[in-house]
Amino acid sequence: MHRLLNWLDRRTGFRRIIEYSLYENIPGGARWRYVWGSTLVFCLVIQVLTGLVLWMCYNPSSQTAWESVYYIQNEMTGGWLLRGIHHFTASVMNVLLVLHLMQVVIDGAYRAPREINFWFGLGLLQLVLALSLTGYLLPWDQKGYWATKVATNIMGIVPAIGPALQRLVIGGPDYGHHTLSRFFALHAGVLPACVLALLVWHIFLFRRHGITAKDPKRKPDEYFWPDQVLNDAVACLAVLATVMFLVLRPWLFSTGGDLGAELAAPADPSETYSAARPEWYFLFLFEFLKFFPGGTEIWGAIIIPGFTMFIIFLMPIIGRWKLGHRFNVGLSCSLLGGILFLTFLALTKDRRDPAYKTAVEEARRSAERVKTLARAKGIPREGAVTLLRNDPLTQGPKLFAKNCSSCHRYDRHDGTGNIPSTTHEVERGQALADIAKRYQMTEESFIKLNNLKAGQVIAGQKLRVHDLPSASDLKGFASRDWLAGLLDPSRIDGFHYFGGTKFKDGKMARFVKKDVAGFSAEQKAQLQKLIAALSAEAGLKSQQATDQRDTAMIAEGKTLIANEAMRCTECHQFQKPDEDATAPDLTGYGSREWLVAFISNPTHTRFFGKRNDRMPAFAEDKILDNHAISLLADWLRGDWYEPDR
Amino acid sequence: MERPEIPPGPKRRDFIKKSCAVLIGAVTGIVPAISGLLVFLDPLRRKVRDNDAVLIASLSSLPVDGVPRKFTVVADHTDAWNRMPHVPIGAVYLRRIGEKQIQAFNVICPHAGCFVDYDLSKKSYHCPCHLSSFAVDGKIADPKSPSPRGLDELEVEIRSDNEIWVKFQNFRAGGKEKIPV
Repeated sequence: MHRLLNWLDRRTGFRRIIEYSLYENIPGGARWRYVWGSTLVFCLVIQVLTGLVLWMCYNPSSQTAWESVYYIQNEMTGGWLLRGIHHFTASVMNVLLVLHLMQVVIDGAYRAPREINFWFGLGLLQLVLALSLTGYLLPWDQKGYWATKVATNIMGIVPAIGPALQRLVIGGPDYGHHTLSRFFALHAGVLPACVLALLVWHIFLFRRHGITAKDPKRKPDEYFWPDQVLNDAVACLAVLATVMFLVLRPWLFSTGGDLGAELAAPADPSETYSAARPEWYFLFLFEFLKFFPGGTEIWGAIIIPGFTMFIIFLMPIIGRWKLGHRFNVGLSCSLLGGILFLTFLALTKDRRDPAYKTAVEEARRSAERVKTLARAKGIPREGAVTLLRNDPLTQGPKLFAKNCSSCHRYDRHDGTGNIPSTTHEVERGQALADIAKRYQMTEESFIKLNNLKAGQVIAGQKLRVHDLPSASDLKGFASRDWLAGLLDPSRIDGFHYFGGTKFKDGKMARFVKKDVAGFSAEQKAQLQKLIAALSAEAGLKSQQATDQRDTAMIAEGKTLIANEAMRCTECHQFQKPDEDATAPDLTGYGSREWLVAFISNPTHTRFFGKRNDRMPAFAEDKILDNHAISLLADWLRGDWYEPDR
Repeated sequence: MERPEIPPGPKRRDFIKKSCAVLIGAVTGIVPAISGLLVFLDPLRRKVRDNDAVLIASLSSLPVDGVPRKFTVVADHTDAWNRMPHVPIGAVYLRRIGEKQIQAFNVICPHAGCFVDYDLSKKSYHCPCHLSSFAVDGKIADPKSPSPRGLDELEVEIRSDNEIWVKFQNFRAGGKEKIPV
């Protein structure tokens, strides 16, 4: 063995290299304050190793980036762990960089002859920040996409060269394949190469000048090995433990969600993403920018941060004087304090902002949904974003809120959970309870909506109230329950059905309130059969089992619909054409085809004809295309993919 | 480089410190290394997919004289995260060996995986890469042929009297054994 090592040593000189690495003199002996540099090298090694393996699985294009990251995260063995370590080590590295810089400044380790090495260190800091920024975009998820867009747009406001620089970085006038290719080349090629070159030089100069010993020296001089190596190893272990804690956090606290790094829904330029925030270590810049009104962003985004970096750059020169050094230490501490304060401010504001919370919750739901769909159906070549674009559960509520909720409701809200509201001016003598009742609100919800502390209202006061619907509530449309409500004399003219429409006192309402109200017990039993039959026309997914069970009853109900005694066919047509029909066709009532045709054009003779109230003909008037109408119809019918439990 | 002269500490304490440093160093290194290794080795855990038979052509589209014809195999295909319905996944040679009997070969040369051509004039299959040649029945035609085995025959089934269904599979190249991949 010894001979073999000698043979190797003669050819490679490895003993000398090991000796050079391990037997560095540390004046005053090993100390914990010297560990920061080593922990940073450790992080860099982790990033290079994990990054290389991620590279083997990653695919930079706008149809494959999210998809390949999804595959790494959810399908590949240990993928979540690898990605988690890479992601959180980046976070930890930014913290360590700041600590390293603070230690250097406080110890005055930038003084001659170490100025240039200090500048190398600043260069490395910038490069690591650039690595963080470029890496954030690579998963091509909503979070990275919108946050990075902000960053590159800021780049565009740099005077003179800004627009060109921005184009060069994003590889064209807008985000796309080339943005990913460029960011990936920067992230995995250009920037790491620069880091490596600077780091080698940084360490070489550090060894050349030796460690800046902290006075007073507590112990006699020691070698780097073993005491300082042990300190460094323990510090690296602590770094790793922190990273692993962050990776395993959802499991440790059973909060659910992805183990390791988060993956939001795939980037979609047509979908708003109000939860967009930069990664937490850039939050202070994000918050800082809010202080600058329109037209002055350049101060907040470029001039002030640039000037600050310039002052930090000058620190070795300022630090030549005793007072200058104190200034440097003071400045560093205030900057760090400022950064911490701004970060805290940004986080607190978000925590208190209900709109942001809703956005985060929505983002979480979309991310969850697209993963469910990808698992079940696989991802089409057009990319995972189409899974969400073609998903009734995702698109239905948004389409409903935008196009239908000005009149209709869905379970009393606009489909997305918000209840449309309006303003009400309090009239003289009007009590709180009256207003709440008029707008179909509970007193509690009315008080909460207006934040009324005293629980009293004053005449002339303008208050928020729930907007009353002016068309039916479509949750469970065409289901047995929904139809039973429609045919209930006490409910047909309520706001849930015809109360807000011109049909409030129409033929149907009159028929239900007068004739149905007077039904005998036998007729009431027949009505139940009729409802079952009419509802079966819809073929709703939620009623599959009951429809199958009640075939006989449904068959009987169908004859009842056509039966003159029940009077349906006086106005409606059912199963055979009837030119005199004035009310919506009951054949296939609530089925996909029926609903699509109805939304497309309710003024068609098959439906309301000229008697249509205010509903637009969504296809005829080119408000929605067929795809959107189908999604809306599917959603209203409760027809979307659900995984088996 | 000369070591600076520093008096060594007590040997026993040094030994414990050195062992701890090495041990802790190893632990910190091993966790990221394992995570990388798991993902790197993931392809070894991917299972060979057992394809169902797919409809290739109708019996009447094949000449009765036993001359092979090439057909594209169209089937559902999964490529990592993409699931694609109805896409070309390979090709086969089909030839009639009886009124209702069909022989099917994968077009891939069992030697090194090139695409084999059928030469009508020589009535044999030729590989353009290393010049393996196979007789019309798929057996090795020339004893000097570098291919270790004849063309890979695939399972064929005639359904509804006129439909040729083939269980399409690729096999490991370069060995005498026919092992599905």
